[in-house]
Amino acid sequence: MGDKNKMETRNLNLYYKGFQALINVSFPVKENTVTALIGPSGCGKSTFLRTLNRMNDVIEGTRIKGEVLLDDENIYDAEVDPVVLRKQVGMVFQRPNPFPMSIYDNIAYGPRIHGRKNKDELNEIVEKSLQAAALWDEVKDRLHKSALGLSGGQQQRLVIARVLAVDPQVILMDEPASALDPISTAKLEDLIHQLKSSYTIVIVTHNMQQAARVSDFTGFFLNGEMIEYSVTNTMFTAPRIKQTEDYITGRFG
Amino acid sequence: MMNKRLKEKAGFGALAVLTFLAVVPVLAIIGYLVWQGWPALTWEFLTQPPRKFLTEGGIYPAIIGTLALTVGTIMVAMPLGIGTAIYLVEYAGENVFTKLIRIAIINLAGVPSVVYGLFGMGMFVLTLGLGRSLAVGALTLGILTLPIIISTAEEALLAVPDSYRYASLALGATKWQTVRRVVLPVALPAILTGTILGIGRAAGETAPIMFTAAVVYTPRLPDSIYDQVMALPYHLYAISTEVPNVSQHMAFGAALVLLAIVGAMNLVAVVIRTRMRLKRLR
Repeated sequence: MGDKNKMETRNLNLYYKGFQALINVSFPVKENTVTALIGPSGCGKSTFLRTLNRMNDVIEGTRIKGEVLLDDENIYDAEVDPVVLRKQVGMVFQRPNPFPMSIYDNIAYGPRIHGRKNKDELNEIVEKSLQAAALWDEVKDRLHKSALGLSGGQQQRLVIARVLAVDPQVILMDEPASALDPISTAKLEDLIHQLKSSYTIVIVTHNMQQAARVSDFTGFFLNGEMIEYSVTNTMFTAPRIKQTEDYITGRFG
Repeated sequence: MMNKRLKEKAGFGALAVLTFLAVVPVLAIIGYLVWQGWPALTWEFLTQPPRKFLTEGGIYPAIIGTLALTVGTIMVAMPLGIGTAIYLVEYAGENVFTKLIRIAIINLAGVPSVVYGLFGMGMFVLTLGLGRSLAVGALTLGILTLPIIISTAEEALLAVPDSYRYASLALGATKWQTVRRVVLPVALPAILTGTILGIGRAAGETAPIMFTAAVVYTPRLPDSIYDQVMALPYHLYAISTEVPNVSQHMAFGAALVLLAIVGAMNLVAVVIRTRMRLKRLR
């Protein structure tokens, strides 16, 4: 497990119109680990996740103060192009959102927009990404069929393969299993375990067991603040703060 | 219990009758046109210019003129309309400027077509000195069609789920790549349908072209966009009001041809939409 901070926020504040959604969040993301973000709905954990690849920029009326570092460089610096950043920090959304295209074209989408045209190269990327996402065997005979014909769990793994195809360093996952059945969820969690060796993963989840199963570190958010951060094991066995304990034992939220 | 079921039956029955009544005029119009116009539809009618002050011969130049005007209208209205819609939905956001544009578009849709005709004459024919021509007719019809195209294209773009946009942006695509490669292909069937329906409507307009492009009679086919043309709606207007002693069948024959052209365009719209939808799901 790496000790290096792959990403880190320092005194991060985020305002949406008149509302402050994140308050002074300082948060490390260690390299080649899985970090889970937990907390009740509306606590700011998804908003926080989206600051890590600047997807909040897309939403009009958001303003940010503080720093978000990727390899010790502030991604909110004026010279950082969010388009380039998002190639390094990929994202998987709550609901599977494959494009209405073939499975192949979904995976090749990222490489293509980044200028890769060579057919053999694309074929290789597609196969490698699907294999890394543990989907290759299920779809290799229908690569040119619509991705919308896949099951929800397959779609979510397809979306992960699509992210892997642009070769990111960090993968953000926003409640990736919330729309999946238990079997698909288990497969997804296995996949997260495997990906950890090559990628740094940050995952938002509402499911305490899931956080406990997949993550190495956990951060607990409440009302826009990061209340507690520690090694996942410690967090779930001996939380330091009362609010954390109340939340993970199901007393509120 | 019985009462509830009876009410249900009566309700649906009434709706069925209303639906039937709504369809009757359409069928009646088509039926009447076919009945009255069919005898006029000869090979000569479709392929020859009119003779003897429009009382004999065919409507070939008017068919070609209407087709040429339609193609011109598409060339004017499609890029302008779709471009505007993309700008408004994908780039502009909500501000005073875009609100003004939207209000202008809505008002444009409510302007009577004869006003477009007068505008086209004043602006293009007289002020810009372009003369009555195919080009000016297409410009005028294009402007007339713009509001329909813009608003259907806007709706089509708004109907594309944001999740597609987010997915693309999160992969490091630029906004333009996202629009061009993900959003537009999804919205295109609906945009094309709206566009073709709008242009079909324009193809049947008389008032906008009578001051800007159409002439009562020319045996010549247009060979440049600066030529004046005959056009089916204006021809119909002319033989019904200005020329004495035209056989009724000639007028209805021309109307039937116009209806067929517009109908064929709508059919094309349906085919395009169905094929693109199917392709996406396969």
